[in-house]
Amino acid sequence: MPRVYDLAHGRAGDKGNTSNISVIARDPAAWDVLRTRLTTERVAEAFAHITPGPIHRYELPRLQALNFVIEGALGGGVTRSLAQDMHGKSLSSLMLGIELPDEPWPSNAP
Amino acid sequence: MAKQNGTLRIGAGASFADDRIDPAIDLAERGKLDYLVFECLAERTIARENLTRQKSPDRGYTPRLVERMQPVLAPCLRNGIRIVTNMGAANPEAAGREIGRIGKDTGLGPIPCAVVTGDDVVELVRQRPGLPIMETGEPVETLLPRMVSANAYLGSDVICQALATKTPIVVTGRVADPSLFLAPAMDRFGWSYQDWPRIASGIVAGHLLECTSAVSGGCFADPGKNDVPDLANVGFPIAEIGGDGSVVVTKLEGTGGRVDLATCKEQLLYEIHDPARYVTADCVLDITEVDLVQQGKDRVAVRGARALPRTDSYKVTIGYHDGYIGEGQVSYAGTNAVARARLASEIVQERLKKRGFAYSEIRVDLIGMTSVHAKAFAPEPYEVRLRIAIRTTDRKAAEAVGFETRALHVNGPYGGGGGSDPVVREILAVQSVLIPRTLVTPRVSVTEAA
Repeated sequence: MPRVYDLAHGRAGDKGNTSNISVIARDPAAWDVLRTRLTTERVAEAFAHITPGPIHRYELPRLQALNFVIEGALGGGVTRSLAQDMHGKSLSSLMLGIELPDEPWPSNAP
Repeated sequence: MAKQNGTLRIGAGASFADDRIDPAIDLAERGKLDYLVFECLAERTIARENLTRQKSPDRGYTPRLVERMQPVLAPCLRNGIRIVTNMGAANPEAAGREIGRIGKDTGLGPIPCAVVTGDDVVELVRQRPGLPIMETGEPVETLLPRMVSANAYLGSDVICQALATKTPIVVTGRVADPSLFLAPAMDRFGWSYQDWPRIASGIVAGHLLECTSAVSGGCFADPGKNDVPDLANVGFPIAEIGGDGSVVVTKLEGTGGRVDLATCKEQLLYEIHDPARYVTADCVLDITEVDLVQQGKDRVAVRGARALPRTDSYKVTIGYHDGYIGEGQVSYAGTNAVARARLASEIVQERLKKRGFAYSEIRVDLIGMTSVHAKAFAPEPYEVRLRIAIRTTDRKAAEAVGFETRALHVNGPYGGGGGSDPVVREILAVQSVLIPRTLVTPRVSVTEAA
């Protein structure tokens, strides 16, 4: 099972109560795996205990990167969150910790 | 100075109010810069500084203004580097006067500042209770009684007006972060709000630089995986902008960090939602066709940014009182540590309930287990730190959390140590609305040195 961490690097940003997390492929082969297997459904599953979403997924083929926009992820927003990591900076490592299926996720239709 | 003809060199000197100070001094001394930009305003900073200004009318600018400006003023003036900064926060005029005072006190002589105001739109918002909050769609009316600030994110046009005064320093309150970088390029090259590919380039350059070392390896480092040399001395970035809209991101030789495709991609996507429609004060940016090209060690060229015209509204961030957060912490270690921390959490909550305190939200963290990603992934750790945080409108109720947590030291469960002093934070939260551009009047004035 490939792990996103081994295929990509990424960073989380915050706006209000929404976190955006980039997932940037380390090489073209990694991009192929990420593009087909790191689906919105897979990310939603990994973040289900933090937010019901919605989650938006954007592909940037030129950069070989994905951008996930995860609504409701920041405990009411950076300025009012009860969390220690109010900005959700560490959420990128939750994303990178996702394990991907060996075959493309069935519900994925890129 | 041997500045390259036709290319504008802009350095990023700060990405938030408490950023490191010495990298900017290095840039001012060795950077061969035309501009040094200091971005020091987080979303709620102005709200906090507005409260400061209400108490002390001569304050309300970024608290570390003097500490940050003092060491760079001399090298900037000597090297012909103009400074553009939003450190004016809630009181740009006072910031301008304060910079003038530094010039006088340190023997640098008069330092006139061009001051940008007009971002404060509290009265406009107060008169429009029906404005929908961007995130929730609800009318802003409910926030109005608790509102402490409302500031529009101004764009490059008013910064260009300030630059046209030829003062060595431009001080603003709230402006869009990348506009601090675009404006010098518009001013130098005469770009207008029709040159969308160039405006896009300038905004991308600003976006890449506005988080300082994030683009030069700071946020990228992960030992053994993403190694970054000499991270303790990471250099802050420089953008070289050409009149044709070419952009190269680089950093000073001899500094730590790395500028490459990986670090630039991370910063390029930072805080972007739809990459084809990133709304800024100056344009709607599209980065989907951006290409990054490594042009040598620590040099990355950025091409292909596109933009649609700016929208007809300003984003306005409203700061408002949002009650208190109270917090307490205590540590447990050894066998059964986690169970004791959980028992402790139950005790604190039962005690608070018994004492009649009610909270709109309670969060229990086991630091080392569940505090950051909110779900335990690994086996139980040897030691754990309990953290309880609550939200309330009652200061006493907020204080009680910390006191009840510390009282566990003596009242058990066993082995609780290192209880924190009770923490109470008065919360200034923010929400955003849009208001029509035509209602806002950005202004420029020049402060002469005292």
